Amino acid sequence: MAYDYRATEGDNVAPLIAPGHDYATITDKIAGNVLDRKTPKGVAITLAISFSLVMVLVVGASYLFYKGVGIWGINNPVGWGIAIVNLVWWIGIGHAGTLISAILLLLHQHWRNAINRFAEAMTLFAVCCAGLFPIFHLGRPWLAFWLAPYPNTMSMWPNFRSPLVWDVFAISTYLLVSFMFWFVGLIPDLASMRDRSKKRWQKVCYGILAMGWRGSARHWHRYEMAYLLLAGLATPLVVSVHSVVSFDFAVGILPGWHATIFPPYFVAGAVFSGFAMVITLMIPVRKLYHLEDFVTDRHLDFMAKVMLATGLIVLYGYAMELFFAFYSGSEYEAYMMMNRMTGPYGWTYVLLILCNGLIPQLLWSKKVRLNTIALFIISIVINVGMWLERFVIVVTSLHRDFLPSSWDMYTPTIWDWSIYAGTLGVFVWLMFVFIRVMPMISIFELKHLLPWKGRIIDTSADAN
Amino acid sequence: MSGKLSIEDIREKLAGRTGEQYWRSLDELADTEEFRSAMQNEFPTDAPVWEDPVSRRRFLHLMGASIALAGLSSCVKQPDEKILPYVKQPEYLIPGKPLTFASAFTMSGFATGVLVTSHMGRPTKIQGNPDHPASLGAADTFSMASILHLYDPDRSQVVRRNGEITTLDKFLAQLSGALDAQKALGGSGLRILTGTVTSPTLAWQIESLLKEYPKAKWHRYEPAGIANEREGSRLAFGEAAQAIYNFEKADVVFSLDADFIAEGPAHLKYAREFSERRRVRGAKANINRLYCAESFPTVTGSVADHRLPVRASRITDFANRLAAVLGVDGAPSSQLSDGEEAWITAVADDLKAHRGASVVIAGAYQPPSVHALVHGINEALGNVGTTVSFVRPAEFDPDPAGSSMTALIEDIAKGQVDLLVIAGGNPVYDAPAELQFADAIEKVGMSVSLNIYNDETANACGWHVPESHYLEAWGDARAFDGTASIVQPLIAPLYNTMSVYELLAEMTLRSGKKGYEIVREYWKDHSMKSAGAADGDFESFWNRSLNDGVVPGTASPAMAARFRGTEVIVAAWKAPDAWKSGSPVRISFPGSEVEVMFRADPTIGDGRFANNGWLQELPKPITKLTWDNAAFVSPSLADSIGVHDEEIVLIEVNGARCLIPALILPGHPPDSITLHLGYGRSHAGRVGNGAGVNIYPLRFSTTASWATASIVRTGQYSKLARTQDHHSMEGRPIVRSATVTEFETDPKFAREMSHVPTKAESLYPGHEYDGYKWGMSIDLNSCTGCNACVIACQSENNIPVAGKDQVLNGREMHWIRIDRYYSGDLDNPDIHSQPVACMHCENAPCEPVCPVSATSHDSEGLNVMVYNRCVGTRYCSNNCPYKVRRFNFLQYSDVEHPTVQMMQNPDVTVRNRGVMEKCTYCVQRISAARIDAKKEDRSIRDGDVVTACQSACPAQAIVFGDLNDPLSEVSKAKSQPRDYGLLAELNTSPRTSYLARLTNPNPALGGAEKGREG
Amino acid sequence: MKKPDLHAIYGLLAEFDAPEDLLAAAQNASKKGYRHMDAYTPFPMEELTEALSIKRSTLSLFVLACGVAGGVLGFAMQYYSSVIDYPLNIGGKPLNSWPQFIPITFEMTILFAAIGAVVGMIFRNGLPRPVHPVFNVDRFELASRDKFFLCIEATDPFFNRRETEEFLMSLNPAHVTVVDN
Repeated sequence: MAYDYRATEGDNVAPLIAPGHDYATITDKIAGNVLDRKTPKGVAITLAISFSLVMVLVVGASYLFYKGVGIWGINNPVGWGIAIVNLVWWIGIGHAGTLISAILLLLHQHWRNAINRFAEAMTLFAVCCAGLFPIFHLGRPWLAFWLAPYPNTMSMWPNFRSPLVWDVFAISTYLLVSFMFWFVGLIPDLASMRDRSKKRWQKVCYGILAMGWRGSARHWHRYEMAYLLLAGLATPLVVSVHSVVSFDFAVGILPGWHATIFPPYFVAGAVFSGFAMVITLMIPVRKLYHLEDFVTDRHLDFMAKVMLATGLIVLYGYAMELFFAFYSGSEYEAYMMMNRMTGPYGWTYVLLILCNGLIPQLLWSKKVRLNTIALFIISIVINVGMWLERFVIVVTSLHRDFLPSSWDMYTPTIWDWSIYAGTLGVFVWLMFVFIRVMPMISIFELKHLLPWKGRIIDTSADAN
Repeated sequence: MSGKLSIEDIREKLAGRTGEQYWRSLDELADTEEFRSAMQNEFPTDAPVWEDPVSRRRFLHLMGASIALAGLSSCVKQPDEKILPYVKQPEYLIPGKPLTFASAFTMSGFATGVLVTSHMGRPTKIQGNPDHPASLGAADTFSMASILHLYDPDRSQVVRRNGEITTLDKFLAQLSGALDAQKALGGSGLRILTGTVTSPTLAWQIESLLKEYPKAKWHRYEPAGIANEREGSRLAFGEAAQAIYNFEKADVVFSLDADFIAEGPAHLKYAREFSERRRVRGAKANINRLYCAESFPTVTGSVADHRLPVRASRITDFANRLAAVLGVDGAPSSQLSDGEEAWITAVADDLKAHRGASVVIAGAYQPPSVHALVHGINEALGNVGTTVSFVRPAEFDPDPAGSSMTALIEDIAKGQVDLLVIAGGNPVYDAPAELQFADAIEKVGMSVSLNIYNDETANACGWHVPESHYLEAWGDARAFDGTASIVQPLIAPLYNTMSVYELLAEMTLRSGKKGYEIVREYWKDHSMKSAGAADGDFESFWNRSLNDGVVPGTASPAMAARFRGTEVIVAAWKAPDAWKSGSPVRISFPGSEVEVMFRADPTIGDGRFANNGWLQELPKPITKLTWDNAAFVSPSLADSIGVHDEEIVLIEVNGARCLIPALILPGHPPDSITLHLGYGRSHAGRVGNGAGVNIYPLRFSTTASWATASIVRTGQYSKLARTQDHHSMEGRPIVRSATVTEFETDPKFAREMSHVPTKAESLYPGHEYDGYKWGMSIDLNSCTGCNACVIACQSENNIPVAGKDQVLNGREMHWIRIDRYYSGDLDNPDIHSQPVACMHCENAPCEPVCPVSATSHDSEGLNVMVYNRCVGTRYCSNNCPYKVRRFNFLQYSDVEHPTVQMMQNPDVTVRNRGVMEKCTYCVQRISAARIDAKKEDRSIRDGDVVTACQSACPAQAIVFGDLNDPLSEVSKAKSQPRDYGLLAELNTSPRTSYLARLTNPNPALGGAEKGREG
Repeated sequence: MKKPDLHAIYGLLAEFDAPEDLLAAAQNASKKGYRHMDAYTPFPMEELTEALSIKRSTLSLFVLACGVAGGVLGFAMQYYSSVIDYPLNIGGKPLNSWPQFIPITFEMTILFAAIGAVVGMIFRNGLPRPVHPVFNVDRFELASRDKFFLCIEATDPFFNRRETEEFLMSLNPAHVTVVDN
């Protein structure tokens, strides 16, 4: 029989859609947030702050291009600093979006419908931020296009054996596919926006973007199929992207890099940090725009559970690294592990275990999962932890490798940090601009959840 | 000039003028009426500019710059006089084809023969001259780096009077005035101060000057010379003698604080001979044994089989005890601890067992008494005539006693000095502290400094005359054994400078005689016969001398030096306090009494190389310190006074103080501190100024080698740039070594230390190299870690200097580095050196990860780096297990100074920022050899390609060649049982491999339990 | 039966308040034999596919083709550049080190397939199409909000302005409107 998402099931579990909503209210509420409501003060302030951070990026990048990467702390043993750490971190964050919209779709997790739009946008912008770093970290960034295969008179090609070239393909593919996925999902809602907007220029803008969508059953038929196909394609893609990123290290011969476990545990880590970022952003946004009706505590509860699960996989990854290091019998591996835990950068490893391993275990308790504040704090802790994980992998492995004669320390400079802060600004700024001008929740997919006579939705698959 | 003036006329007016002169003459010109009108005609549009004084000056600048640059390029020509290329080179210059000329580099007066490569008239590279006794084809860091001074933008370029720019003519006028005055007085007010002089021509000029001015005096001063050695020979034999050791005949060597492998006029010869005796072929090892009692961990100590850290003042005790044990009658008595006694007895027994086939040698910083006693010991061991021989000293040194610096200062104090000419040297900086040289100069009527730098002395003197670099001026000099060489210039002076010969010619003949004429005249009229050439054919004699780089038959005759017995020594030894053995050191915090030792710095010498970027950034042997000197203390001393690395300590010697960061150095004697001279220059130039701390104020003439001092911690810290922070091998098989006995029982011990995957274990077929297959072998048993290869590589491959702040962040650029590891007990560890450059791995991990194929293999197996293609991801460097790749994090190579660019090797790309670089196996030399081979329609012979590092190596530890040729030296080396690949267990299959190190410990000293290393 | 005047009108549009009404209407209409009709809904209603007898789209085959093309192209590019056009000995690896060519081949497959899916969907749907007769109906903008429309087009052989209108009224819609061309 019809399952009503407006109803709570069992005790003290929030519904997926607050009671009393129908097609009209959903449309008006979400579209209205963009069309009718004035920009909330909170949003305006966030935009201002994040934009000033964007300016920091402009300064940092300009000086970088003028002087060279020497303004960073990188040196001979440690050729990659936090530029690469940030790259991996951002890519990881992106993964939650695709996972939510693609994989959960295939798994018939209907609760995703409330958050997928938002998460996809996040993916898009996170990947944009990530994409900056490979260019920034080049010694001669103006030649970045040499990594792309394009015909030239010297018939010089990129080296397709290099994981960095795999990155170029993986990341740009990921960016394109994520964008298409996001845009396709937007089309029917853009039509709603077109039909809801009162001002002429709004009608025109949304109209153009909607491409004349009119909700014809025939269109819906192909639309659904294309959407499903995209989901089917995005799922292996998202797995491949972070695997490829992990190859940057796994293909290297350094102890601490050369590990077969990297691809799976990078992917898990990516989802882990991605969900953390979704929660970090969603909690304040849903407050600012009073979206508690659509993004209910139940959603947060589900996301917390996913974090817990992926967090455990990541923890398993750490354990395996430890095991292999000593089981391998390689003195280099063993030393690397000891150095990671007790060496000069040991504190980062301890913090990392704390942030990614121990603190997330609080999520076992339903109380914590349903406590917005606690969840918010834990999500931030996880973001930090995942950043540290990449720092440990990149820097701690590099700074002491095979020949003790070349061992050295790496200390990030103000310029290292300026770039990081800058991309944080870019990310938040784009996010809030998006929220201001687009429906941040998928209207039609939410309506899809409302029951009607003779319409059965199988809920057995929904996570609890 | 008729009212009008054309640009040609201007050029004419400016002809022959360079640098500063251009500017001045241009200014003068600018004021003439003709010039203005000329400008009007030439640049009518700029007429208005001309009226306004400000923009006019700017216009002049641009104008001046353009002509000055034109002038600069016109500097690049060979001297007007005829110079001769080295063997079988074309007489004329083929564009793009480098020529090589023989010349000689002098250090503290003594010559080392060099071959200088010249590209289109620009000297670019200095290497050793195989025909020269002090080089034997090798070169040391100083001689190779000296080319940097020629092009140093900080070089003095103009005559100055009290700091004001003036002209040479004005100076010469003043000088002859002063000389006239002296003529009347018989030169009683004339003093000349030089360093050690071995130059026959200069000696002859000085003699004639002293004849002309009978009352004039000539003084010599070397801050770190061989005075002690000479004095020792006088004590021992009653006359000065130069001892020459033959290490090839020595089975047992005992060094009393002598760093004979890296210091002294003959160190290249000694290094060559010593390493010959360490060379092992096959599975039997018949190598010499080196005992070393030294006051500072040196290169020599690091290759010793038994090394004992002893503070400098106690070396005397060891010399005395050894003499006593060996039965040198009347040897002064000394006390040693039981352990030391056992040690010295074992050494004595070993020496006795090898009578006539052993060498005992004393260090330059040891007092004459020790040197004298060592002569006695060698005689007692019957080494004289077999491993030790004596010749007359090469330097011109009449009346050694009266020529001291102290005597000069006394005369100045008495107001007897009116005209003081300081030819070379920098006494204001490096004279003994108590002499207060700077103040003394004030009292001199006319003081003249002739120097290639406008240094401390030049600033203190009334007159400063820029000196020509030795590659710009004719001259001559003798090697340690007396062999003379003509110093042949390769380039006309870049600025209008003067050589010391020309200055003395001015003083004696009052005529602007050119160095060429002077030197030729001397050899023609005075010395040709003595050099054993027949009458008349002077030209052929001259040509041959220039061509070979040595003047035939000029080596000093051997002399029979008889040891006079120990009485004089004992007497001398009793005399001044400083030579006595210091009493045991009391250590009590905060103010602790310790012994400080003063030594010339291993890389910048006594300070004359302070403005040499290459040498400043060259990691000092053992300590790996760059850009600074430090107070070196042993770990135990550091513990007892609680001082930490880089902590600034206050050191006080007879009231003179200095603040200097401390550095803990394993293997340093426990009860002393070592301070290196040469740093803390105030007028060295942009490179040397402010680097390190000046130690000379603590150094008094009676305590020139060591003194008792107090040390206090300050709690302040100052960063020291070391290129290696980690000192242990962490039990990894990096430098693999074993004792001779272990080796002979198991010759393949080195290979067995790690499992190297075979080709069969690989999934990939791998590439075949059927043409040439270049490879290198480095013999760790011969290598002494002397750094010669590092500078040779830097000079050959245009490697930039990064600067202290960059080295602090691990960004030094050297393509080849000397890794240093300690093993064993920290107070007296075994020291291992290992040169590491790109291994050119066949399975190079750096290559697959480069996204743009900027690094790949060529058909001969070189791992080549394509700078143009590199985008700078640094992935290759991350993935290089040897970390031999170097990245231009910033714009390191100097693109600003035209002179520096003149020095660059045109066959090697100059790298800009953002590009990765590394050792190329000197690919440019391979191509050169290939071209020659092609012209003669043959394949490249073994030995045709000599890499820069290989050519410089005094120990001949580096061999390079074609691995496909089974008869090539490198193939033979790699077929040795000791051959192993560094980190080959990673399946990188490196083309450069190492020959494991062997030690030959004395069983009597527990050599047995000295196990394998690595 | 008289021929309908195609130029006069586009069709008749019935508006329903609930999805189930629309579904019933669509089923009736197709029972009645109408074929040239379409439904307009604020969200996808899979049930309509069969009610309006919509043929299964061939999109998936097109996407498959694109994917295969992308993969082949991807590998071909790598093989051509590193084996034929510019062979280099990179770290002793064979020229055709195919294991290292897999990631890019894979990414290219996904990229082409995805582009195929989106582009295919948009163009087979005849989008972008800013102007369409149904937009002439004022209330139609509710189709993207909460109303459900069934449109029987004038091109349908059984279409007869009067009869069809009566038929639609019999399905008790909220409104029935004429859609002008």
